[in-house]
Amino acid sequence: MRRLANIFWLFGKELKSVLGDPVMVILIIWSFVVAVILEASGAGDTVRNAAIAVVDEDQSSLSRQISSALVPPWFQQPVAMYPEQAGAAMDRGQIMFILSFPPDFEADVIAGNTPSAQLQVDATAVSQAQLGTDYVSNIVQSETRMFLSGSPDAPTPPLRLELRRAFNPNGNPVWFKAVSSLLNQLSLLTIALTGAAMLREREHGTIEHLMVMPLTPVEVALSKVLATMAVVLLAFVGSLLLVVQGVLQIPVAGSVPLLVTGATVYLWAAAAIGMFLGTVARSMAQFALLVIMVIIPIIMLSGGMGAVESQPELVRRLTQVLPSRHFLAFAKAVAFRGAGIELVWLELVLMAALGAGFFTASLALFRRSMSLGS
Amino acid sequence: MPQPADVARLERVSHHYGKVTALYDLTLAVPAGQMVGLIGPDGVGKSTLMGLIAGAKRLQRGQVITLDGDMADAGHRAATGGRIAYMPQGLGRNLYHDLSLRENLEFFGKLFGLDRTERAARIERLTRATGLYPFLDRLAGKLSGGMKQKLGLCSALIHDPDFLLLDEPTTGVDPLSRRQFWDLIDAIRADRPQMSVLVSTAYMEEAARFDHLVAMNAGSVLAEASPRALMSETDTESVGEAFVALLQSSVPAAKPAATDYALSAASFDASAESAIRARALTRRFGDFTAVDAVSFDIARGEIFGFLGSNGCGKTTTMKILTGLLPASEGEAWIFGKPVDAQDLQSRRRVGFMSQAFSLYGELSVRENLSLHARLFHLRRAQTEQRLAELVPHFGLELYLDQRADTLPLGLRQRLSLAVAVIHQPEILILDEPTSGVDPQARDDFWRLLLDLSRKDGVTIFISTHFMDEALRCDRISLMHAGRVLVTDTPAAIIRSRDTGTLEDAFVAYISAEIPPEPTMSEGLASAHADTSVAPDASGFSLRRLLAFTTREAMQVRRDPVRLAFAFLGSALLLLIMSFGISQEVRNIPFAVLDQDVSPESRAYLSTFEDSPWFQERPPLLDIDQLERRLASGELALALQIPPGFGVELRRGGVAEVAAMIDGADTGRAGTIESYVLSAHSHVLGESVGAVPALDMLAQSPVAGPATSVVLEPRFRYNSTMASLPAVGPSIPPLLLLLIPAILMAVSVAREKEIGTITNFYVTPTGRAEFLIGKQLVYIGITLLNFAILTVLVVLVLGVPLRGDPLLLVLASLFYAVAATGFGLLVSMMTATQVTAVFATTILSVMPTLQFSGMMEPVSSLQGPARLMGTFWPTTWYMTVSVGSFTKGLGLADLSGALIRLAAFGPIFTGLAILALRRQER
Repeated sequence: MRRLANIFWLFGKELKSVLGDPVMVILIIWSFVVAVILEASGAGDTVRNAAIAVVDEDQSSLSRQISSALVPPWFQQPVAMYPEQAGAAMDRGQIMFILSFPPDFEADVIAGNTPSAQLQVDATAVSQAQLGTDYVSNIVQSETRMFLSGSPDAPTPPLRLELRRAFNPNGNPVWFKAVSSLLNQLSLLTIALTGAAMLREREHGTIEHLMVMPLTPVEVALSKVLATMAVVLLAFVGSLLLVVQGVLQIPVAGSVPLLVTGATVYLWAAAAIGMFLGTVARSMAQFALLVIMVIIPIIMLSGGMGAVESQPELVRRLTQVLPSRHFLAFAKAVAFRGAGIELVWLELVLMAALGAGFFTASLALFRRSMSLGS
Repeated sequence: MPQPADVARLERVSHHYGKVTALYDLTLAVPAGQMVGLIGPDGVGKSTLMGLIAGAKRLQRGQVITLDGDMADAGHRAATGGRIAYMPQGLGRNLYHDLSLRENLEFFGKLFGLDRTERAARIERLTRATGLYPFLDRLAGKLSGGMKQKLGLCSALIHDPDFLLLDEPTTGVDPLSRRQFWDLIDAIRADRPQMSVLVSTAYMEEAARFDHLVAMNAGSVLAEASPRALMSETDTESVGEAFVALLQSSVPAAKPAATDYALSAASFDASAESAIRARALTRRFGDFTAVDAVSFDIARGEIFGFLGSNGCGKTTTMKILTGLLPASEGEAWIFGKPVDAQDLQSRRRVGFMSQAFSLYGELSVRENLSLHARLFHLRRAQTEQRLAELVPHFGLELYLDQRADTLPLGLRQRLSLAVAVIHQPEILILDEPTSGVDPQARDDFWRLLLDLSRKDGVTIFISTHFMDEALRCDRISLMHAGRVLVTDTPAAIIRSRDTGTLEDAFVAYISAEIPPEPTMSEGLASAHADTSVAPDASGFSLRRLLAFTTREAMQVRRDPVRLAFAFLGSALLLLIMSFGISQEVRNIPFAVLDQDVSPESRAYLSTFEDSPWFQERPPLLDIDQLERRLASGELALALQIPPGFGVELRRGGVAEVAAMIDGADTGRAGTIESYVLSAHSHVLGESVGAVPALDMLAQSPVAGPATSVVLEPRFRYNSTMASLPAVGPSIPPLLLLLIPAILMAVSVAREKEIGTITNFYVTPTGRAEFLIGKQLVYIGITLLNFAILTVLVVLVLGVPLRGDPLLLVLASLFYAVAATGFGLLVSMMTATQVTAVFATTILSVMPTLQFSGMMEPVSSLQGPARLMGTFWPTTWYMTVSVGSFTKGLGLADLSGALIRLAAFGPIFTGLAILALRRQER
């Protein structure tokens, strides 16, 4: 009872500290409103507006037909170029694909000689290169087929593939981006806020003051974790309802309460990481560096920027300790696939356990740093 | 008039901090060539006044003329900066604690344009005169308070100022050091009689030695005269009494009825069990012994004083008693129980007030008080009652709703004290509670202490530098260098040394311990006064800029952990990210719902099963399961072959296959889709085994898609489509922006937070000199980090640098300027390190990681994100880095990106320079 009261009063103090600083409040609003909208609405398809040049040495109706089939939004209007010119443009990064038709391309197709069209690809962006190549290839094949059959409708092949996307039928990239952006903001804010609150207390010597009062390190640490969780959770819920569902019009397939529950569990884990960094760092500069070291992997290796399954075995094992990875898996399942608790309980347990681990570690460090003195 | 009569004149000056008025319509003339003292209670505007005269604070209303020029005029401030020396309040507040004495003095010398030989000569002369010479290589942070103030004085005197402003220079300094300090000032003035000095002080006995006194109260001047005149005017014996008399005549005073307790009426029982007992307490930090076998007994209800020079171990002893620090050896008991840091119950019996202000600055006075009441579990009614008692007692009524960090020092001390007693502890441990508190308030405070001790039997353990306070203790201990020299009643101590006063006895005891300092007071001022530096005060000075660079570099070197974090951390991240980010989608988990189970369906599915892209999971039994397993995320792809598939094919009809892809992750779904399509065409295009129906398909003229034309893809720059060469060179651009930006922002915010930015306000330093001087260091760090990362990319990741290395170095230089410039810009908007960290990460992480072309080209971004990407330096550095490494491009191809990249740094830095305030608010 006593302990709960202590945590409650300290919690109130933390809240006042965060919300009393207008710069902080503006930054929090920026994160959950402006940043989420910017990031989500900025999302394009993997191949979008790709610049493509056509080197047409055939100048036939087939080559022109194929060129005119390269259309937005995937490709920009193809630019006709000479070979050297095209090569230089690709070097400068101005174009991504060069499609070259050899002389007599059309004649060879009609004669059944199976001619080759060449596609040069800037492969420095691997996934764009791969997907774009597939697109171009499909276009070349189907246009040729149409050209040969002489009909504008593609002939019905004897084996039809019906491709469907579940959970996001139109493949709108904004949906996924919005969720991964929310995750990024959650992580960044929670880790930075909790850790900074801890470090500020140490740098200002107020922690000594707390430690001569009838308070335990657990109460001090827990009150900070809870205060950050409360502030960020509020911002998260606001952002989910007003920005994600409101402004961005993204449907949430699963239950919103479940999503919020998961976010709460994730906040616990992220706040514990922040607390851990705040006790490890000896100065604000060190803390800032640690935050950068942690936030980059969280944003880039949790599945928001490239699937987790594609990571090499070793890295995939390492990223298991990132609670963000489990949260993204959870959020994807609930928000898009409409998964219920029976499908995502494991992620919740993992996040809670990781949070408990980080929290325990930071308590041990905290106790040690107090006994060593400053 | 041969010489101007006044060194500074103030006309109708008013100054406000939010709603609080610090100065109100104040008019004052500070006579030149004299030692002028500023006295008055806390919070009457003494520090504000000094800051205005020195030009450190921005004038709000009225006019301030210092050294015959208007301080509102930036040109005049720059021109006179070299003639003014200002030492702000707080022990060594404008010193760099992580630098040595010599480095500190070198830095100040350079700021005032002294050349190397001149600096060396002056540093030697000043430090010999102040007795600091033997400690030149010690870190300023490791000096005792008295030595810090001497160092502050040396820094102030290094350029032979005409006007010296000292804001409470002896607050928190022990009597011996204080005495030496004033002797020094006298010596300097003897040497340079033309120099004017303005001092504020809380010690009235010190005020008596000044030429002229200005007594202030409530933002205006109460009286000004020589100390003698003040005393005779008010018919009092001492300056302190004179001041109190003045104060009472101006304010119909509410001085509490004198309920003085006779000192002899100590009612504690010495034979009873000790309240605090220490036996051979020892505490070592490394090889330094801070507390050396200290023993004492403090009886219940006793007021026990701890005296000693700064850094003698008083604070450490008190921290051991509160359980904040464990003792290395020895033992201590509180009420007979050994001190135990884990024992929460005994903490409730102790109230502690630490030397440094350690309350929550962002909370108001009321909130601080009630928070502590609640943490000690006072009931609401009890809290109300305590507040009603304590607030008037400590004179906090007017400040209840003010943020604690806006209070002047003296008021903050009072608040700390109120907090320490709020739960009515049985023992009070007070570490220099009255440093910086004015005499009236100290007197009131001691009444309260006596009240607590005599009426309620509270045991009080207090450390102080004030002799009048020491005299009011029942017993005192004199500490020096970790050891207790003597413990007795004040009277007995005075008798033991046969001195008339306690201060003399104190000095006698300590002097016996240390060899007398070879203070040679002469030579404090410049040997030949006519070379008084009139340096290039205004205008840009490369020397000053480099002085900031050298200083910053030394400070960075003193924190090797930070550098290690920066270098090792980025190396580690580079490796993890390069190997971890794979742009290929592999091992796609899929399962099949084969409702046909014919040779044809088997053959079709085998293409997927054999592909390295797909990874098969146990087959699906029905549609329900298909949906559930997709929803759980176990599967990314489900293939369904309806019944009749084989029959249809054999009949030559149209057979169907359905593929359901998990569309939650859009990018991944797109890739899976294209894999499925190509696997499907693979079936159509090639013979897949001895299944006639499918083989027939391959030969059919309409279906065979690959037959009429071949598309030959050529993957340039990265022919194997490996992720590493693509990802490796794109990681350094991320690290080389985020790390320098944040280090830079924290560095500037730190100066603001701890107060060393005052050196920029009050010296002739220009804005560009200050910011660019610091920036150069972080540009250097960035380039070093660039070198490390490049070596790693080439040697460990095995991505050869095909392009022009010089070009990449040049681009990195531009990029470093841009990154640090961004840090500077952010630091202009933030006042504390916390907000600096917060703002830099929040503002820079998103555009750097998401909008810079790292994962998707800027050209495929939409709307404002694309705009942001275009106006963010990482985008252009990414182009140069990737272009140099994988494409082997040269200047001809990259000049566009390079030019754009070059523009960011000057723009960011220029904006920061414009935004930097030249004065404190």
